[in-house]
Parts: sequence; C-alpha cells; structure tokens
Amino acid sequence: MKNIALGQYYPAKSPLHRLDPRIKVLLALIYICAAAFCKNIIGFGVLLVSALLIVALGRIPFKTIFRSLTPVLFVMLFAVFFQVFFTKGDMLLFAWWKLQIYGEGLYLALFTIVRIFTLIIGTSMFLTYTTTPIELTYAIEDLLSPLKKLKVPVHDFAMMMTLALRFIPTLVEEADKIMTAQKARGADFSTGSLVQRAKALKPVLIPLIVSAMRHAVELAVAMECRCYHGDGTRMVVRKCRFSDIAALIVMIIFLAGIIYLNILGLVYTA
Amino acid sequence: MDLPFIKVENISYSYKGDGGVGVPVIKELSLEIREGEFVAVLGHNGSGKSTLAKLLNMIFSPQSGKIYIDGKDITAPDMTDDDVFALRKTVGMVFQNPDNQLVATIVEDDVAFGPENLSVPSEEIRKRVDEALRAVGMTKYAHHEPHRLSGGQKQRVAIAGIIAMLPKCIIFDESTAMLDPIGRREVMQTIKMLNEKMGITVIMITHYMDEAAMAGRIVVLDEGRIALDGKPSEVFEREELLRSMGLDVPQCAAIIHRLREAGVALKGDCTTPEKCAELIGRALGGEGRDV
Ligand SMILES: Nc1ncnc2c1ncn2[C@@H]1O[C@H](COP(=O)(O)OP(=O)(O)O)[C@@H](O)[C@H]1O
Ligand SMILES: [Mg+2]
Repeated sequence: MKNIALGQYYPAKSPLHRLDPRIKVLLALIYICAAAFCKNIIGFGVLLVSALLIVALGRIPFKTIFRSLTPVLFVMLFAVFFQVFFTKGDMLLFAWWKLQIYGEGLYLALFTIVRIFTLIIGTSMFLTYTTTPIELTYAIEDLLSPLKKLKVPVHDFAMMMTLALRFIPTLVEEADKIMTAQKARGADFSTGSLVQRAKALKPVLIPLIVSAMRHAVELAVAMECRCYHGDGTRMVVRKCRFSDIAALIVMIIFLAGIIYLNILGLVYTA
Repeated sequence: MDLPFIKVENISYSYKGDGGVGVPVIKELSLEIREGEFVAVLGHNGSGKSTLAKLLNMIFSPQSGKIYIDGKDITAPDMTDDDVFALRKTVGMVFQNPDNQLVATIVEDDVAFGPENLSVPSEEIRKRVDEALRAVGMTKYAHHEPHRLSGGQKQRVAIAGIIAMLPKCIIFDESTAMLDPIGRREVMQTIKMLNEKMGITVIMITHYMDEAAMAGRIVVLDEGRIALDGKPSEVFEREELLRSMGLDVPQCAAIIHRLREAGVALKGDCTTPEKCAELIGRALGGEGRDV
C-alpha cells in the first residue's frame, strides 16, 4: 500500500525539469491544441517527431513512457478498430462480404494513434514527469490568479488540491489497517450482495472519517506553526527566465505551423 | 532590561469547557529558559505539556500572565500578524505524528514550505532547503515522497522543515512517541546535534525517562504547575514524588537511589547506564576500573 505513485514525478536534471512550471502548463495546453487541430499528414509527421524530441529533452527513459502508455493502449485499439471498419470513403482497399476497408479509414486510424500518443506525451512530459504535484498546483494557482479579483478563492483550492494529494496514501494506509482490524473481528467485505458489502464498509468508514478529522486539526496547527497564512499572499514569485519565454515562443510558432499546414491542405485531410 | 530567552510569568490558561465554563489547564505557571539550553519537559498525560508548548508559540494566548520570548512581550495586545509570524519563525514546533506535519508530496517541497510562507527569496530557499536536509542527514531523500519514508525519516524531514526557517528554539512535543526504537534514536541524535552543534535552544516534551536524562535540565509539570525543575540527577533523586505524579524514574537512577538508601556511599551524578556502571564499579573498590 505504501507504493502508491502520486503523480509520476521523475527526478532528473533536464531542460524540461528546469522550465518554469507555469510555462509548462501553458506549453502543455498549446501542445494539446496543436494535436487536436492537426488534420494533415505532414502535420502528423511533425507532431510525431516533436513528441519524440520532447521525450528526449525531458531525459525520461522510453521504458517509463511506455509504461504510462499501456493503460490507453486499449482505447487506442478500440478507436483504430472503429475507424478501420466503419469509415466509408472513395479508396476501397479491401472488401469481403459486408466488410469494406477504405484507405480513408486507415489514414484516420493512423492519425488517431498519433493524436492520442502526442496528447499523452505532451501532458505527461510537461506536467506529470517533470513537474512535482506541488509545483503544478502553485503554477495553476498563479495562472488562475486573475480570478482572485472576482473573489474566487484560487489559493485555497490550490492548497486543498496539494493536501488532498498528500493525504491520499496516509488515508489509504489507514483504511487498510482498519479493514484488517475489522476482518480480525470477523467482518466480511468480499461476499454477499452489493448492499450487504456496502453495509459492511460502515465500520470502516466511520473510524476513517474520525481519523481524517483528527489529521485535519493537527495538520492545521502544524501549518500555522510554519507561518502558513491562508490569504494567498505567497510572495515567492518565480521570475520567468529567457529560456522559459523562448520555449513558449517556439511552442506558439509550432501551433501556428500546424494550423498553417491545415490551411495549405496538403495531401490528405481527414 | 536583561531578559532570559524565554520568560514565562504567572500564566494561566483554560480551555472552553461545556457550557462556557473554563477548564483550567495551566495554573499560574512561571518559567525561565536561557538561550542554548536543552530542557526536557515531563508530566503525565493531561498535565498541560502540549498546552504550554502551544502557548509559547501563540497558537493559544494565556488568559493572564506574560510571556517574553527573545526580548519581546508576545502577550502584548498590540502584536500584529507579522509579529506572530516572526515569533513562529523564532520558535519552531515539531509534533508527535509525522504524517500530520508534512504538507507536500516531495520531501524538498515540504522543507521549503515554511520559508515560502515567510516570503524568503527563492535562491535563498534553495540554499536553506539543502542545508536543512544535510543537517538532518536526509539529502539523499530530497526527491522522495514522504509517505514512503520510515517514521524516523519523516520526523527528520519535519525537523528540516523547521530548521529551514532558521529558528532559535525548537519545541518537540513527544516527537519520538510514535517511532520505533531505530527512529527514536535517529531523532534523538538529531535533536542533540541541533542543540550542541547549531546552538538551538531545545524544549523537548517526552514520556521517555532515558530521553529526558539526555537533557541539561528537566522540568516536571503536574496539574498545570511546575512540580520539579533542575538537573536530571537532581530530579531523578525525587523518586517518590515522581512516582506520586504518575512518572517513572530511569532504571539506573532508581538503582543508585536504592543503593544510597541502603547505605552505600556513591558520589556523583548518574543518569546514564554507563555512568551508573562506573559509579557502582568504583564503589566496589575498583578505582576507575573499566566496567
Ligand atoms: N482543545 C482542547 N479543548 C478542551 N480541552 C483540552 C483541549 N486540549 C487539551 N485539553 C485538556 O487539557 C488538559 C491538558 O492537555 P495537554 O496540554 O494536551 O496535556 P499533555 O500534553 O500534558 O498530555 C487535558 O486535561 C486535556 O483534556
Ligand atoms: Mg500532549
């Protein structure tokens, strides 16, 4: 139970790790847009190359990346299946009984794979692998700070997110302990109807909630002792460096390029 | 005015009980602590140790009496928020449950939490985090997730988080109570190092007599009052009084005490097993013999 991964921060010294987290959030957003807008075979080629380049820049081993891709393999296969068999077009490649496979279907399937692949690489490389969860929440807080003028408690939400992340493993461990203790007293969590099983969880949930409250009270005092003041006046503003701005400009040019390729309408557009 | 580092004058504090009737927990307590001291605070459950700690940190304010810390009257009515932060920076606090003190999902982010709240510039934060982690011997774990560390390691990270605020004094509220023997030893070594090498004033609330014996001075609380105050050897002499307050005496102190009562002449202080063996060895006639 101790091995829950919180996010998947991969400590390393790379250009991507060094970028300002706020810039990385923006980069991820722009990259997602590029992947979503792309409609063009050259564009997809460019996307694929860029994704590999980003992985290289983040110095994350391909094995790690591949592991994060496995959960979505199923989704990819599913999408490919539908696009290969259910797309109708002009270029009939193969026909047998009611089954017809068109060139357009193959194109679309290929594009879908590239698109999902780049989406995942984009978000995981910029956000989860190279940015710690707390940097990420601070970055989101900073980016959303204009909303503070509208009295949206942006800082409080960011802090809540951080703390929730931090306490998931603690509470899971505790739930595990309580369940073991209840099992030792003869509780049965794995047989019976759904309703029965839900009822069996009650003696787990109540102690868990009580202990979560205790955690909260003690944590609040400890945070106060470390001079936390919940009014969101974190003064430590990280200044964007030249490399941060340069990365942002490169990414904007990249998006513009993808859109330009769409306008040119080269080769095949889906 | 020449004030000691901490001067507590006649403070009283009561929690709001049911129906608004106050339950007195600290009763007209006075105490002085000099800079650089290592003070252990003993007392049975509910004697008011944690409450006293929280009063020194302005988590609570006393209903009467005065507290001066580092030359400032922290009970003055004109304390601003900034004064409170300055106090909490000066007097850090480490609690019992390490899980409830760590706020971040990465060790070094957690250590940076205090300085960040104090608006320390980021290059300076970087430096302080590295130094604090080095001081507690956790540099290797800077990028680890706290929930994967052992109890002793978590507690050392919590200590690093306080050191990074550059405190003059740290209060430990039963910080070893939830740890296994190895974790306890790690944390005790760290506490000693803070006091001896870094010159930080340490106030250590504890249940363990052997830990209290390591301090330079022991203060015993009973029902919100100071019952005993002195060097470990002096405090442990009062075995009956300690037992009547629900406290134990370290085994070695008890043995020496009983031997003295039985008429064996033992000279000198004795708070550690090594010292105890030495004393007895000498009494048996072996002048300075190795025991
Ligand atoms: N938040 C609280 N509200 C009401 N009573 C409290 C509270 N915290 C502690 N007490 C009571 O104050 C007394 C002293 O508590 P505490 O200072 O925690 O003792 P110690 O740390 O020595 O065990 C106890 O009797 C306890 O029940
Ligand atoms: Mg206590």
